[in-house]
Amino acid sequence: MIRSDVLKELVPVISDQFVVCNIGLPSQELHMLDDQPTNFYMLGTMGLASSIGLGVALAQDKKVISIDGDGSVLTNFGTLPTIANNVADNFILLIIDNGSYGSTGDQPTYAGKKTSLAAVAKACGCETVIECQAEDCADVMREAIAGDKMTIIVCKCESGNIKVPVITKDPVVIRDRFMTAIREANT
Amino acid sequence: MDIDKKIVADFVNNDIELVTTVPCKQLAGVIDEIDACKDIYHIPSNKEDEGIGICAGAFMGGKRSAIIMQNTAIGVTVNTLVTLTQFYRMPLPMLISYRGELKEPVACQVEMAVHTKALLNQLHIPTYHFHQQSDAEELDTILKYTFMCNKPVAILTDATFWGGYGDQ
Repeated sequence: MIRSDVLKELVPVISDQFVVCNIGLPSQELHMLDDQPTNFYMLGTMGLASSIGLGVALAQDKKVISIDGDGSVLTNFGTLPTIANNVADNFILLIIDNGSYGSTGDQPTYAGKKTSLAAVAKACGCETVIECQAEDCADVMREAIAGDKMTIIVCKCESGNIKVPVITKDPVVIRDRFMTAIREANT
Repeated sequence: MDIDKKIVADFVNNDIELVTTVPCKQLAGVIDEIDACKDIYHIPSNKEDEGIGICAGAFMGGKRSAIIMQNTAIGVTVNTLVTLTQFYRMPLPMLISYRGELKEPVACQVEMAVHTKALLNQLHIPTYHFHQQSDAEELDTILKYTFMCNKPVAILTDATFWGGYGDQ
């Protein structure tokens, strides 16, 4: 299974949740599969999906899922100690780890070599860290949503991409409808 | 009122509920005040672009936020300021220690200081420079302006403002 297969299986599980999605193909795939006001698509700024998601989670009570990639987490490694030390039990970080920089041509990442992101997350102090295979990701996510505990999921999958259109929505529209959905969910 | 307390009081009066910080010794006092403030969630960041991401998330979650950092951070965060804060039109007060100005003891800090205002200008970021402590009387107005216009706004605070580095 490649990332788009993982996302396809995740859609029924996360469709009614608040999602902050990583730059590039992950956002484009989610946008194509299941565009929702509850999705915040990153159109720039590689690496910050987890930081943005943590900020949303700390600011309000509803559950927030950040969909990140191994390459992006490697770009913003400092995020893991910050997440570990600022526990938000309404926050789930899903790292889809295909061992490559998918959006830029599948160059290999260190996570696909010696570096274990699950082990790094644990070493940073994250208490609930689950590494799973792509086939199990939807079930693991379902349990994490039900669990009310800040959870880091590292989903191992194969590298590879499908053809997807770029997102042409205006960024302010993406941001505004996301904020409106959050405001309504919290009132 | 003590300048650190005044800054934090202005934050609180403008409903800022989350502040992320990357330390600088000039900012140590205000960071302590932020940490002690019951009305503000203080979340230290490991790098400034991470902090700006957290602020963006907090804003979308319904809480006003701010970042406290050194001017070297302007070099670190250009992409984040442009493709996140500005592209999605988000407010972000940035209280910045303006290292490398008069009274600076460390030569390397001057290398970034000479680019700071030029970079902020190039990024079209409204910029205010606090040199005397009386300049901070405008902080409340600057914060209101930031949340009115949904832009990142820089408040540069130099060594003279903070009272220098002691005997040098």
